Amino acid sequence: MEPTSHAFIDNARAGLANPTLQRALALARTGFPLRRSQAVARLPEFEALREAGKAIKDHTIAHLDFYLEMYERNVTASGGTVHWARSAEEARAIVLDICRSVDAKTVTKGKSMIAEEVALNDHLEKHGITPVETDLGEYIIQLRHEPPSHIIAPAIHLMKEQVADSFRAAHTELDPVRPLIEARAMCDEARTILRPQFLAADVGITGGNFLIAETGSSIIVTNEGNGDLTQTLPRVHIVLASIEKIVPTLEDAATLLRLLARSATGQEFSSYTTMSTGPRRPGDLDGPEQYHVVLLDNGRSALLGTEFQDMLRCLKCAACLNHCPVYVAVGGHAYGWVYPGPMGAVLTPALIGLHEAGDLPNASTFCGRCESVCPVKIPLPKMLRHWRERQFAEKLTPRTARTGLSAWSFVVRRPGLYHFVTGVVGRVLAWAGRGRGRFRSLPLATGWTGVRDMPAPEGRTFHSLWAERQRRGSK
Amino acid sequence: MAEPARVALLVTCLVDLFRPTIGFAAVKLLEAAGCSVEVPLAQTCCGQPAYNSGDRADAKAVALQVIKAFAGYDFVVVPSGSCAGMVRVHYPELFADDPGNLAAAVELAARTHELVSFLVDIRGMTSVAARWPHAATYHDACSGLRELSVKRQPRDLLATVDGLRLCELPGAETCCGFGGTFCVKYPEISDKMVSDKAAEIAATGADAVLAGDLGCLLNIAGKLSRLGHAVEVRHVAEVLAGMTDAVPAIGMPAARS
Repeated sequence: MEPTSHAFIDNARAGLANPTLQRALALARTGFPLRRSQAVARLPEFEALREAGKAIKDHTIAHLDFYLEMYERNVTASGGTVHWARSAEEARAIVLDICRSVDAKTVTKGKSMIAEEVALNDHLEKHGITPVETDLGEYIIQLRHEPPSHIIAPAIHLMKEQVADSFRAAHTELDPVRPLIEARAMCDEARTILRPQFLAADVGITGGNFLIAETGSSIIVTNEGNGDLTQTLPRVHIVLASIEKIVPTLEDAATLLRLLARSATGQEFSSYTTMSTGPRRPGDLDGPEQYHVVLLDNGRSALLGTEFQDMLRCLKCAACLNHCPVYVAVGGHAYGWVYPGPMGAVLTPALIGLHEAGDLPNASTFCGRCESVCPVKIPLPKMLRHWRERQFAEKLTPRTARTGLSAWSFVVRRPGLYHFVTGVVGRVLAWAGRGRGRFRSLPLATGWTGVRDMPAPEGRTFHSLWAERQRRGSK
Repeated sequence: MAEPARVALLVTCLVDLFRPTIGFAAVKLLEAAGCSVEVPLAQTCCGQPAYNSGDRADAKAVALQVIKAFAGYDFVVVPSGSCAGMVRVHYPELFADDPGNLAAAVELAARTHELVSFLVDIRGMTSVAARWPHAATYHDACSGLRELSVKRQPRDLLATVDGLRLCELPGAETCCGFGGTFCVKYPEISDKMVSDKAAEIAATGADAVLAGDLGCLLNIAGKLSRLGHAVEVRHVAEVLAGMTDAVPAIGMPAARS
């Protein structure tokens, strides 16, 4: 998709003014954090697990080349093929080539953020192949031609009435006056529509939550079982994953799985945790004839050795989105690309450029809640600050902000001048605000007074009053 | 009570300019906790505006000024979780690549504390001599909560204020939308956050809301008054020090005499 991250402020404004979106977000902002905190409370060793998870990912990232090559060897040994994609273009071309090699007409897809990142569906459609999203949320937004607004709940921005409307518009073969009020009815309808698609698909594409170096396996977690049908029924299974999804051992994956669902949805474990290793072997009752893994870099290896390396620990659990006061205020589409929320605000500038996504790392109060819930302790606020430092160093920070900072710095670094200036400002503001104790509008402060009153200062500064008290005391 | 200690008050720029009473409340509480309090005159700001805008050079220059001004005291105490967090957590990060100044930054960080956690955790204060007959709720300002673990300490001391009934605020740990320059750079988003906060405060039925950071309090008070809610907004130190009569609530006019 064409990014609109540069229009974050306008996007956010639209999100704030959208009452249906706000109703949907109001449910998310309480539901997800409550379920996570309950799940964490039930597991006394959760903090220790976070440390263990962080250590596993740090070790893997420090030896990424080693484990990626081990993984490739083991995929090959199990009869699969690993394809290396440096960029989104390469990933799209590889997937299309595989689809064409088996003359694919339709492709079923499990949920994959990497497929979103490389804009796979558009590419396949353009070349005459029909992609069918099988995750319910992804299916809904595919019908609506919308990007996901959340990395694990792609249709979180919608209310069920909107889903019912989309189903009625798309499923014209069904009774137009059928009741579609309960979520259950919509799930059943999606199942009815998707079942023949699972059976007809020539190729199944899934993401990968973990890639296991020691076995060459991939693991996906879902709550709908759609991933299993996607990867076992078609003749060809393609795993599309980014390079940082690698972990050394199954044991490591087990540790991270204990963190993942609790952080994401507050479940102990996702309903389905499915491992796949290579194609169908002689004697196997089912499974694909071909097993391919497309490993995407797309700028990630460039983060190694930089202040953003810790971002490669990310499990894509979405806890940072669910707990971010900015995300739950504006919704995911405001971020203008694939990854929203704090993890998106760190990752997006790295993947599509700081010029395009410059607002994202700035639209944070540094409240720190994201870091406090991250299952692998990624210091997200610190990395948002690093982006701001790069912006400042590259003079991408707006001129007014730079000028303001220079003036502020000039005064703050001269305590005598500073105390003089604050003394005058304090007295003037206190005098001007003496009747009401606050201002409804204030020149040069409309960013503040446009939405809230500005309390008036008491009058004299602490330092002048303290100096006076010291003088009196010493007499 | 702990040994006598020589404490330097880092007033913070917002307290200095907007609400000096918080500074005097801090002094009173520190003296009650057996500290002698001094106020280095060479202090201005902790440097957060530059640090959070990506301007490391200016942030470092201001931080060096703070390090110099506050050298030699037993403790540095700050009536703000945000500014205390800046010194305690972020100064060492700021000078991580500057070995010439790192040791001094780490040394200052180690003896710098947020006011209420200092009183309770370091000075062992368990009660205050104050009366304030109000039903109040409490907002946990983000930096104090998540960088300095300030959570229980203000509640423990507020529980000893005569006449005060504290009711918990749902979403107390959710940011109010201040965020320094965030609130003016992204006013619509900030407005949504502080509107939600104001609604949650109003829904508690409390007649007052307290917190430990003046930035958040200015934001919350400004929104509450804009919405017409008559909720009294005060810094926790004013209540603990029994100085609520010294000054009207934040954003409220002085009583006519």
